[in-house]
Amino acid sequence: MYTVADLNKGDTAIIKDVSSIDIPIKLLEMGCLPGNEVKVIQQAPFSGPIYINIEGTHLAIRSKTARLIIVDKIKDE
Amino acid sequence: MSKQIKVSLIGNPNTGKTSLFNTLTGLNQKVGNYPGITVEKKEGICKLERGIKAHILDLPGTYSLNASSIDENLVIELLLNKNDKDFPDVAVIVSDVENLKRNLVLFTQIKDLKIPTILAINMADRMKYKGISLDIPILEKELDTKIILTSRDGSLGINELKDCIVNFKQISTKPSIDLSLIDEAYFNSLSSTFPNQDLYKLWVVISQDANFGKMDRNSLDILDFKTKSISELKRLQQKETIKRYQLINSALKLGQIIDSSKAVGYRAVLDRILTHKTYGYLIFFMILLTIFQVIYDWSSIPMNLIDTAFADLASYTKEILPAGVMTNLIAEGIIAGIGGIVIFIPQIAFLFVFISILEETGYMSRVVFLMDRIMRKYGLSGKSVVPLISGTACAIPAIMATRNIENWKERLITILVTPFTTCSARLPVYLIIIALVIPHGSFLGISYQALTLMMLYMLGFGMAIFSAYILNKILKTNTKSFLVIEMPNYKVPILRDVLITVFEKTKSFVLEAGKIILAISIILWVLASYGPGETFNNAESIITEKYEGFENINLESKIASHKLEHSYIGIIGKSIEPVIKPLGYDWKIGIGLITSFAAREVFVGTLATIYSVGNTDDVENTIKESMSSEVYSDGSKVFTLASGISLLLFYAFAMQCMSTLAVVKKETNSWKWPLLQLIIMTLIAYVVAFISFQILN
Repeated sequence: MYTVADLNKGDTAIIKDVSSIDIPIKLLEMGCLPGNEVKVIQQAPFSGPIYINIEGTHLAIRSKTARLIIVDKIKDE
Repeated sequence: MSKQIKVSLIGNPNTGKTSLFNTLTGLNQKVGNYPGITVEKKEGICKLERGIKAHILDLPGTYSLNASSIDENLVIELLLNKNDKDFPDVAVIVSDVENLKRNLVLFTQIKDLKIPTILAINMADRMKYKGISLDIPILEKELDTKIILTSRDGSLGINELKDCIVNFKQISTKPSIDLSLIDEAYFNSLSSTFPNQDLYKLWVVISQDANFGKMDRNSLDILDFKTKSISELKRLQQKETIKRYQLINSALKLGQIIDSSKAVGYRAVLDRILTHKTYGYLIFFMILLTIFQVIYDWSSIPMNLIDTAFADLASYTKEILPAGVMTNLIAEGIIAGIGGIVIFIPQIAFLFVFISILEETGYMSRVVFLMDRIMRKYGLSGKSVVPLISGTACAIPAIMATRNIENWKERLITILVTPFTTCSARLPVYLIIIALVIPHGSFLGISYQALTLMMLYMLGFGMAIFSAYILNKILKTNTKSFLVIEMPNYKVPILRDVLITVFEKTKSFVLEAGKIILAISIILWVLASYGPGETFNNAESIITEKYEGFENINLESKIASHKLEHSYIGIIGKSIEPVIKPLGYDWKIGIGLITSFAAREVFVGTLATIYSVGNTDDVENTIKESMSSEVYSDGSKVFTLASGISLLLFYAFAMQCMSTLAVVKKETNSWKWPLLQLIIMTLIAYVVAFISFQILN
């Protein structure tokens, strides 16, 4: 089982499950929903925030939150 | 007065909502605070046709009706309360053409509140570069609203938007989704329990339990209602969000075509460099250096001009007005006091030119991305870096710059610790004392004096970070800390928007903090210019008599020195001597400590007066000489290494700046924080100075 935190820079994945109670509703409303594609654009050093693109919405989230978003990895770059 | 149409501008951050507000209202706007909290309230008047006017309220940027900050909470409370005087007749949702899908989530939520809602699709002038085409009639039908295409510079759609506002009564108020489809049993029981309440409003109030914080239910006539558990609420919220996206996706499928092969953009390239783990930090560091250079160095040119202009104005006033108490009050108290406010304008203006450019271009979000990991440890935001660095020039614009930090706790901590950084007003004090007590010599090729100065800078920064760490542990907050920040598109800033920001910031400083600064400087002036009894009033004759027969005596400066010693401030300085004695200071330094409350650099000027240096060309060296020859009655020197270090440390930590206190009062909207800051910083300064003097002596 992969989460967004396991993805490397450039990886793309499909979001599978976001039902964790600790995922803020704001993230869901920004398009982080099952079935959508997520791509990792950049990762800040020392496990800083992760910069992702979900269906055209560009976001930075902390790795703590990224670990809660379960994905299916589809493509390595 | 004719009735005005009340319009609320609502939209996600970074959609150019404020640009649209500026286009609609021009300079016909005012920026204030919402009562009780420190969220900026922007409102303005817009002329429509046939003498009809609209009152436009630019609500804080919000992503949804599920609040995650004070700003968003405020939007919800306003939109749920029909009795609020700002409750809109019509809402204009401002969206970004490139992020239409996500922006429409908020649109459907506002529409569900049954407020007439116009959809403004902003930045429509960029559609062709992004390969986007829209079928407006179809979208209007699918979303059941009026749609206006607008542009950030105001060249597109403004008249159509105004027409739409005039005719707001024709806009549909039909909700966009049917809540009961999400969980029939739950929503049916909810509406049968509260038959008189609107179902969606009920749901918004209840679901806030899972968000930012509970809402006050009494005002909405909802008594205790056994709600679901947080996890069940979250599940419903997720279903609701999916429902909204289904509606939006089906509308966009019919009305929007995106041909990404036609899209051109520099976003990917810029992001690769600006968020890079080496170049990203390097570039940010260069930007900080530039900001620092500009407010530290360039501002000194207009600041010197202002300084000279006000000094000239004061002496001119003394010439043309009849001599007397009133003239002195005007020339030395009021004009000098106003000069003390105006002098900050160049720094504030320069800093806000930079900050608004960094915000408008979208670069500030990249700063948060880069700095979050480092700053979060100390309870600060990635955005705190800019205030902390600019605090090295002056704490006043720096504290005003914290407005851009969304999280209140992070913002408060930044405000509280910024005055520890070594501002430029400390420099004259540091330089003269270092020159006086730090011996010549060098370590690894760097002189002891330069090393001391460098250590004072590091000490200030270290203390700021350390106290942030402590405050982070102490301050309680009900805000959950999570970071979901949008990384907006890069945009070219619009000059008009930058200028309006700079103008508004400067105006609010002059009007709000300015009156406190003026009041305190007049009080300080009165205390320093008047004194009780014969010794003060007969200063001239006493000194003239005392020095009768002496040659080469500068009587004027002797009189000034005598007057200051016997003024009210002199008396206070003397009476605090027992308190400051353990720090190694005499009453003369005590007077300097009190007068420098107006601004730290005044310390040097006060010492010049009290040592009756008089007007020579080289004031600095002359003060240094008189300071080094200053002795106690037993012949021991006043300025030793011990008392010098103690004084340096006192100035490093003490809150010796009324203007900063005035700005903190303005920014936190309460006297509580500036007073705490004053007491705690002075206490730290006192203890540190005490320990260092006792050890070194």
